[in-house]
Parts: sequence; C-alpha cells; structure tokens
Amino acid sequence: MADTIILEVERFEPERDTEPSYQSFEVPLRADWMVLDALTHIKDHLDGSLTFRWSCRMGICGSCGMMINGVPKLTCETLLMNFAPGPVRVGPLVHFPVVKDLVIEMDDFMAKVQKVRPWIVRKDDFKPAREFIQTPAQLEAFHQFSLCINCTLCYAACPVSGLDSNFIGPAAIALAHRYNLDSRDQGLEDRLDIVSQHEGIWDCTVVGECSVVCPKGVDPSLAIQQYKLTATKEWFKSFLLPRGKN
Amino acid sequence: MSSAKRSNEPIVWFLFGVGGFVVAYFLPIHIMLYGLAFPLGLAPDPGYGKTYVLLQNPLTRLYLFVLLMFCFFHAAHRMRLTLSDILNMRHLNTVLAFLCYGGAIVGTVAAIWMLAVVH
Amino acid sequence: MPQYTTFQPKPYRPRMSAYWYLDQWNYLRYALRESSSFFVAYFAVITLIQIAALKAGPTHYAHFQALMRCPVVIVLNAVALAFILLHAVTWFMLVPRVALRQVLNKPTPDIIASAPNFMVWFGATLIIALFILGVF
Repeated sequence: MADTIILEVERFEPERDTEPSYQSFEVPLRADWMVLDALTHIKDHLDGSLTFRWSCRMGICGSCGMMINGVPKLTCETLLMNFAPGPVRVGPLVHFPVVKDLVIEMDDFMAKVQKVRPWIVRKDDFKPAREFIQTPAQLEAFHQFSLCINCTLCYAACPVSGLDSNFIGPAAIALAHRYNLDSRDQGLEDRLDIVSQHEGIWDCTVVGECSVVCPKGVDPSLAIQQYKLTATKEWFKSFLLPRGKN
Repeated sequence: MSSAKRSNEPIVWFLFGVGGFVVAYFLPIHIMLYGLAFPLGLAPDPGYGKTYVLLQNPLTRLYLFVLLMFCFFHAAHRMRLTLSDILNMRHLNTVLAFLCYGGAIVGTVAAIWMLAVVH
Repeated sequence: MPQYTTFQPKPYRPRMSAYWYLDQWNYLRYALRESSSFFVAYFAVITLIQIAALKAGPTHYAHFQALMRCPVVIVLNAVALAFILLHAVTWFMLVPRVALRQVLNKPTPDIIASAPNFMVWFGATLIIALFILGVF
C-alpha cells in the first residue's frame, strides 16, 4: 500500500475567481483516516486557506457534507483508504451556491425547513399534567423521520433540487411528515397547504437518490411518497365532502 | 386555512399510481403473446375467430377499456416528467402537459369509441 | 480610520448539466425506468390498432398479424417487453411499501409489501394468458 494519496480539491475564492478550479494535494494515506482528516491535514500543514465546515467528526452534526468523487457524503464518515490509489475529488455539495472552496450557502435550505412548520402544532390549548405521554407504537410511527441531521446530502443527490431551486426538498418534506405522524401534533391541514404544492411534494419524481445517500437512514423518499398518498386522500375528501372553514 | 391553495396534481398522480399497477400486472402478457409469441410461432395463435368472440364479451371490453385508459394516463404522466426533467424541457411545461394528457384523453376516447360501439 | 466596504457576497452558482443523468449509474437507471413509459404508450396504441383490426374483419386482422411479424416490430416489441418488465419490477419494489407503511404506521421489511404483488402479477399473467390462448 502506498503511503500517500492525492486529493483534488475544488477551490473557489469569491474575491478573485469567477469559476472554481481544482488544486491537488498529496496527503498521508493512513488506515484510520477519514476524508475529513485528510482535509484538516491540508489545512494544518499544506494550505491554511482551504475553507470547509466540520464539527463533531462523528456523523451527528451534519456539517461536513461534501461531494467525494461525485457522490454526496459526510467526510467524517468516509474512509480515505476506500479510494486508494486515488486521486480523490472533493467538491462542495452541488445544487447549492458556493460561498468559498467547500462551503455552501444554506440560507435557502434553512428557509425551506422553517416553511413547513417543523414543530408541534396544536389547535386547542391542551396542557398535559406532566409530559405529553406517547406509547412506544406512537413513537415508532415517526421516529425514523426524526433522525434527520440537516446535512443536506439529500439535496445534493436529488436532481430535481438541481433543476428547480424552488423545490422544498427531501429533508423539509421528511421533517413535515415527521410532525404529521406525531400523535401530539394537529398541524396536518396547515402543512398540507404548504407542502401539497407543485414545488412541494409534486415536484418529486421518485429518483430515490435522497434515501440512498442519507447517512442516518431517514428514507426521505418514503416520507415524500407517503405524503403524496396523504395529500391525495385529503384531496378526494375535500372534493367529495366539501366542508366549510374548520 | 383554505384548501383551495393546494395543488390539483393529486388526481393526475392517482391515475398514474393506479395505472402503474394495472400496467405492471396486465400489459406484459399482452406483449408476450400478441407481440412476440404468436408472431414468432412460439405459442398457438387462437386466430381471428376465437379472438373476435373473446372481444364480443362485455367483460373483455371492460377489461380492455380499463387497461388502455390506465396505460395512456400512466404513460402520459411519466412521459411528461421524462421530457421535462431528463430531456430538459422544463420551460415547456404547459405545452408538454397539454400534449401528454391531451394525448391520453384522445387515446382513451378512441378506446371508448371502439369498445363501446357494438360490432 | 480605515475605509471599510460592505461585504458583497459573490457566491458561485453552478449550472446543472443537461446530461446530468449520465453522471451516475443510479441516475441512468432512473432515466431508463422512466423511459418505459414511451413503450407503454407504444403498445397501448398497438392494442388499439389490434382492436380496430379485429372489428374490421379477418383480412384486416391478417394484416395486423403480418405487421406483428415484421422484424422491426418484433424487435420493438422485445425492447418494449424488457422496459415494461423493468417498470413492473421497480414498481413492485418501490410503491407497495409506501402503502404498507401508511397503513401499518411502523417500519416493516419491504419484502412483505413486494412479494404479494409479484404473486398477483404471476396470477394475473396466467389468467389473462389462458383467456387470450382461448383455453376459456
């Protein structure tokens, strides 16, 4: 086994460049290194100007998502040795504006997540005596969809996100679905108004890549298709049983 | 909040969804027999007489209508999305919708006309 | 005092390639799966022609059967069958689990949703085949 590997890292300096370019770095190829370790090695020893996000280095904060050989991955969970002999192409997550080097602008994503009202919505003012009791079955109903760490790998994987920047995207829809399925929530109707739009669930064409790249097993594609079923059921109900203001 | 703000896409998606099952369950055998096995002589073609009698059965006509209608609507929806996303014609969305769903309506009407007119 | 200028962010906005579906094998698989729709429409039209030929009489039906024997049509039909089988398999592996999850409200192995659909498919194929072959 060679003891070094080449990383081709996408660089973009907004004050200087109009387009990104690639810069090659030779880093040690250690058996226990993740791609993130290679990047921090570059920053520490080779080029301090390399800019990228990372934090927990254990796959829970969602900061270190990047394109590695064209596939969106968490760099802290991607073993460097898997790409030997290399080279490894590292780039910022696609379908997002690039601020600098490997850092993307996430404002749009944040707005989309907030838009779906990702909190318990109550229509009454029920106040439980202690906490709001849930059975294990009620938790199991939505638990999988609550595991999202907002890493936005799914947005990078989804071609519709690239084709239509208005698409609210897999994570936002999965989060809305998580609250719809929560027995404590009464916000289904409110969220349907927001999510059952063309740039909501109906833009999804079931490519399925979002669920493939999700590092936490959220399966946003399942959430979106379930949401389509819910929205269709509600559509038929409102069509066949028209009701006034509720 | 008014539900009038919601998209009307559910009805199209519903037809596409049911159509997906109908196409998957029933279309393959039609192609296998009428499209390949009979022309290639791999299976005995029942011939004009028996097939014509089969078509006279009202249940056959109902089955064929359901099959064809769902084939057209399932295909129309998927073709529209394929042309729009994969062949990059998103800017022509309205034209594509008109052509695809319009085509499906034309096909369904043709099927009704041919199957409902008793011969 | 140094003159400070307001920060003017100039992010780079990449354009998506027109051939994005060629970049990944999974995207190409998706594109092929969706292309099956063209062949569904194709054979639905063939079936309409077949019905018209049946109603028009034995000579017209013989023309239809001759058309089905054309090498070009045979190849198209074979390709159509391949694509529609692709549709059926991918559909049964994707769609039923959504309905099952919706109904059961908890994660279950996908095979429980997919397997019955394959069984219905074989059953339907057999029954329709027997009707078409004139056994009934």
